[in-house]
Amino acid sequence: MNKLSIETAVGFFLIIGLLCLAYLSVKLGDVELFGTKLYPVKARFTNVSGLKEGSEVEIAGVKVGKVSKISLYDYQAIVELMINPEVKLQGDSIASIRSQGIIGDKYIKISPGGAEEYIEANGMITETESTVDIEELISKYIFETK
Amino acid sequence: MILLKFLEKSGELGLYYINQAGRMVIFLLHVIISTFKLPYYKVSNITKQIYIIGSLSIFVIVFTGAFTGMVLGLQGYNTLKKFGSEGLLGSAVALSLIRELGPVLAALMVTGRAGSAICAEIGIMRNSEQIDALECMAIDPHKYIMAPKFIATIVSMPLLTAIFNVVGIFGGYLVGVKLLGASEGSYFTSMYKDVEFQDVYMGFVKSLCFGLLIVWICAAKGFYVHYERTGGFGAEGVSRVTTYAVVLTSVSILVFDYFITSLLL
Amino acid sequence: MNTEPIIQLIDIKKGFGPQQVLKGINLSIYEGKTTVIVGESGKGKSLIIKHILGLIKPDSGKVFVFGKDLNKMSGKELKEIRSYFGVLFQNAALFDSMTVFDNVALPLRERTRASEGDIAGMVNEKLKLMDLEGSNEKFPAQLSGGMRKRVGLARALVLNPRIVFFDEPTTGLDVAKSNEIYRVFFRTQTKLGYTAVIVSHDVPKIFKLADYVALLHDGIIQDCLPPEDFQTSDNPFIREFVEKTMGLIYESEEVEG
Repeated sequence: MNKLSIETAVGFFLIIGLLCLAYLSVKLGDVELFGTKLYPVKARFTNVSGLKEGSEVEIAGVKVGKVSKISLYDYQAIVELMINPEVKLQGDSIASIRSQGIIGDKYIKISPGGAEEYIEANGMITETESTVDIEELISKYIFETK
Repeated sequence: MILLKFLEKSGELGLYYINQAGRMVIFLLHVIISTFKLPYYKVSNITKQIYIIGSLSIFVIVFTGAFTGMVLGLQGYNTLKKFGSEGLLGSAVALSLIRELGPVLAALMVTGRAGSAICAEIGIMRNSEQIDALECMAIDPHKYIMAPKFIATIVSMPLLTAIFNVVGIFGGYLVGVKLLGASEGSYFTSMYKDVEFQDVYMGFVKSLCFGLLIVWICAAKGFYVHYERTGGFGAEGVSRVTTYAVVLTSVSILVFDYFITSLLL
Repeated sequence: MNTEPIIQLIDIKKGFGPQQVLKGINLSIYEGKTTVIVGESGKGKSLIIKHILGLIKPDSGKVFVFGKDLNKMSGKELKEIRSYFGVLFQNAALFDSMTVFDNVALPLRERTRASEGDIAGMVNEKLKLMDLEGSNEKFPAQLSGGMRKRVGLARALVLNPRIVFFDEPTTGLDVAKSNEIYRVFFRTQTKLGYTAVIVSHDVPKIFKLADYVALLHDGIIQDCLPPEDFQTSDNPFIREFVEKTMGLIYESEEVEG
């Protein structure tokens, strides 16, 4: 139990412990430590029922960002998305809320548009499609066929 | 007459426990204040305590973590298979480890391994007048003995818990994927997707609180061994107070686990 | 000689639960003198020392050290007063996890800004005074009882205190070992000139060291006298104590003579 071995053991312990902690928080907890700087984009929806902070944003099925904030403004839902900087969104992109399977998690699907201009950071996606409310849909279907 | 005696006894006992609780709170405040007083600190003191509390606990933490993860893999696989959702095994194992089992089991192991040692060491120091000797040399035992132990435990607990979690996740992987044949990809993807920062944060806060609980209760019990109602002198007194400290710490870990969870959820 | 006592206990009372241990202690200790407190074991002799050290607060009464009331002091003042004290505890109270050297060096390291080199010099000087050269790297568990006490004494003296307290310095040691402790005590006191307060029941040997002997009986200091006067005192308790502890030796000397 000389001095060197104590310090080695403590150093070993601290490094292993910190590595594990880093793995948990970065890999599992999605903490962006040295990660890419995401840029924010806003979108306005009439209904975001089921969407959560942290929900994924996809283009063509590939994850490109996530929902960072959901707030209410003028009786409409304002959703803030954090998007990877490599991904540029055209001015006429369409953001729609979809679900994975009938009862799966809600996510935002972005369909690229054809405009020349790109949306800047803190810009607004104007074209949106809100949640399709399954219950509403079913009841509508039932009552309309009557 | 008997009633009077009963009242007297229970009053005495109540007073004793109130005193005990008050002493422990004062002890904690004293340690916290002395920890931040004076810039004059010996790094080697803290290193030595981290060695005793943290480094020497790695083995037991890795061992228990691995088996906890493995049994979670086994149980989880068989349960989830009934619903055809073996794909969720990874997130089930990781979530139960990170939120509950990791912090609690690691804390219980550390209580048994390091908490008991802290309590016994300080109890013996008290009984052999070493603490009096420190005070006579005008060295504050709160700062000189307690503060390094407090710092070391509070630093070590989150790290030990993290090691426990990671080893557990790979233990679950070993059993669930390699042994029982759940899909390797979905084990990790479901885990990465379902574990939120909130979960990791909750586990982290828990492990900090448990670390404080362990060192607080065990150190205070040892420090005040001479105030024990059942007699705190000699080897028997120390052994009794150590047992008591370990039991009290374990119980409070489980109780506080509930309250922390309900606060953070 | 300064006639003002440097330590004065006035009517100290202390009880534990229903048991009243100290029933009004009055005692004065003078600078440069050796005061010995004798009495039966387990009757509160060590407790008196703990009151002077400020480790225990009395239920009532006052302790004056250097003319200041110990129980009205701030923590800082108490710390300063204690830096004039050296204490040898009953079981030496060495720190088990440290070597002999580290034990003796501890007060220097924690209380002064001395460099490691100076510390080593001071520690080795004190260890030499105790005939303890060559045990620097040993741990307390590897030492005999007598050596442990001498290490404890070295630690008590390392800051050159003005008052040194000895709690049963020879209890548990055989005759040769306790003589050794007395020799060391003598040597260090003449060299360093400290005031000594000794709690002991090693009568009559301790009388040879004492300037004053105080008898604690029934929670009260019966009297505090120079050893010669002590042995011829009229106080019935002192008479009884002297006869009980010394009678046998005189008888055996008579038999030998």
